[in-house]
Amino acid sequence: MATQHSRSAARFMMAPAVILLLGWMLVPLVMTLYFSFKKYLPLRGGDLGWVGFENYVRFVTSSSFWPSVYTTLIIVGGVLAITICLGIVLALLLDQPMWGQGIVRILVIAPFFVMPTVSALVWKNMFMDPNYGLFAYLWKFFGAEPIQWMSQASIQSIIMIVSWQWLPFATLILLTAIQSLDGEQLEASEMDGASALKRFWYIILPHLARAITVVLLIQTIFLLSIFAEIFVTTGGAFGSKTLSYLIFQRVLESQNIGLGSAGGVYAIILANIVAIFLMRIVGKNLDN
Amino acid sequence: MGRIVLDKVVKRFGDVEVIPPLDLTIEEGEFTVFVGPSGCGKSTLLRLIAGLEDVSDGAIQIDGQDATALPPAQRRLAMVFQSYALYPHMSVRKNIAFPLKMAGLPKEEQDRRVAAAAAALNLNDYLDRRPGQLSGGQRQRVAIGRAIVREPSAFLFDEPLSNLDAALRVGMRLEISELHKRLNTTMVYVTHDQVEAMTMADKIVVLHAGVIEQVGSPLELYHEPRNLFVAGFIGSPKMNFMTGTEATSRGAHTIGVRPEHITASFDSGAWKGRVGVSEHLGSDTFLHVLDTGLAESITVRVDGEFSARHGDTVWLTPIEDKIHRFDEKGDRK
Repeated sequence: MATQHSRSAARFMMAPAVILLLGWMLVPLVMTLYFSFKKYLPLRGGDLGWVGFENYVRFVTSSSFWPSVYTTLIIVGGVLAITICLGIVLALLLDQPMWGQGIVRILVIAPFFVMPTVSALVWKNMFMDPNYGLFAYLWKFFGAEPIQWMSQASIQSIIMIVSWQWLPFATLILLTAIQSLDGEQLEASEMDGASALKRFWYIILPHLARAITVVLLIQTIFLLSIFAEIFVTTGGAFGSKTLSYLIFQRVLESQNIGLGSAGGVYAIILANIVAIFLMRIVGKNLDN
Repeated sequence: MGRIVLDKVVKRFGDVEVIPPLDLTIEEGEFTVFVGPSGCGKSTLLRLIAGLEDVSDGAIQIDGQDATALPPAQRRLAMVFQSYALYPHMSVRKNIAFPLKMAGLPKEEQDRRVAAAAAALNLNDYLDRRPGQLSGGQRQRVAIGRAIVREPSAFLFDEPLSNLDAALRVGMRLEISELHKRLNTTMVYVTHDQVEAMTMADKIVVLHAGVIEQVGSPLELYHEPRNLFVAGFIGSPKMNFMTGTEATSRGAHTIGVRPEHITASFDSGAWKGRVGVSEHLGSDTFLHVLDTGLAESITVRVDGEFSARHGDTVWLTPIEDKIHRFDEKGDRK
């Protein structure tokens, strides 16, 4: 890539991909921005003209805005905490030599291939149903009153379902990271007198820092937009309405495209704030 | 401190016996080198001493105390690994202090010992860098620093120089020898490089397929190799072996002559041959002499001034009292 000629050739050959990606990103973004400044009610008169920042003001002053931001952060934070902690434990276990390792590893990955809608329905009906769910039987077996999961512990239920889906992803990334740890480092620390717990704390965990960062960033991007799990379980009721679900309600249930678009712009801003925040605290793990 | 005794030590991996019963005593303060071709079990033996592998049978004593079942940390041994095994996320200072921190030493004592080790190894300028920012030789020194701060009763080195370039290797070889003279602590050193073994060791243990072929000082092994394997392994270039009438006339099945114990001449000598490749080192030249009818090729060391060209005819004469004689089983006669 040294000569003038090869540089311009490279630019020319990269252009189609760059233009396609830019268009892919810019068109929806510009349309969202465009609609967010309009009063646009498809079933009640259609395009009713420009309204300036009215949609933005209405969206944030609505009583459901801050609770939805709060719910979003709780769900994202909860799922991240559970998947990373359990992911590390599972990865450590799966790294141990054992009989049937290959099959066990495939089984661990399996939940990732189940569609979100399906897994949420399975959890809702097979496990969490207060009458005939497995959890209800378990609670009754110990003589306890079954929990009404969807209404009494809606956010916890959703966190549980989403964590189950994303645990394989975290486990897989962390497992490959553990496998890349130089065995001699562990042996050296063993000779240096580090106990198993200290070896984990001083050698394995720092080694995993980069992988944990990757899991954190990728999962955050996807978790900010979870939708199906809420739609098929609580339908946004019982305080389980996230920002993306609120936008869905504004656009499709209230048929207010302008208001929903303003919400979309807020979601973009929130996602970027979270991303910058994450990059700040964990970004130093990615250089080096 | 630092006497290590192996008593009928056996190591099996599944059904494969990689080390058949083996006895060895490493004396206090001795620089012992395990040498052998790759796969001969020398690293396994070192790991058995370190406690990183369990002994299948037999016992290991360190300083008169049975250490067979002791975990690695309690054997008071320090090990330098082939890959150095530095902790990449810690600064050099923290790397060196790690064993002290694990031992729960007070902070001032840790700092004092790290400073002493850094001064001894010329690492003062690098204490706050990460291992990734250091060159191979500096990493090697950090690994040694991490070993010496613990003041162990013996050091174990597992091919520590094999990742360094040739020039650095010679330098580090001297530094490790110097360190041994200064600390006077037992050192056990594993290598496949017989030059390292010859230059550094007080005592060389030649291993072959898990069996000790010979134990002795470098010169003992050079002058009186006990069998064909040791004779061929120690010395560079390799000893020349011949069978047939030359051997039987000297009452042996096989005879061996080192390249430096053969003289070459253009006029006369005992064996006639044709010069193949000659390797010029400046001070010396190694001639590979072909078509002698004794062996496929005979290596001869001649003076650097000896001007033989490819295809020239030369006459070789061995120095008679430097010829090694071996019987049918390959043992020295």
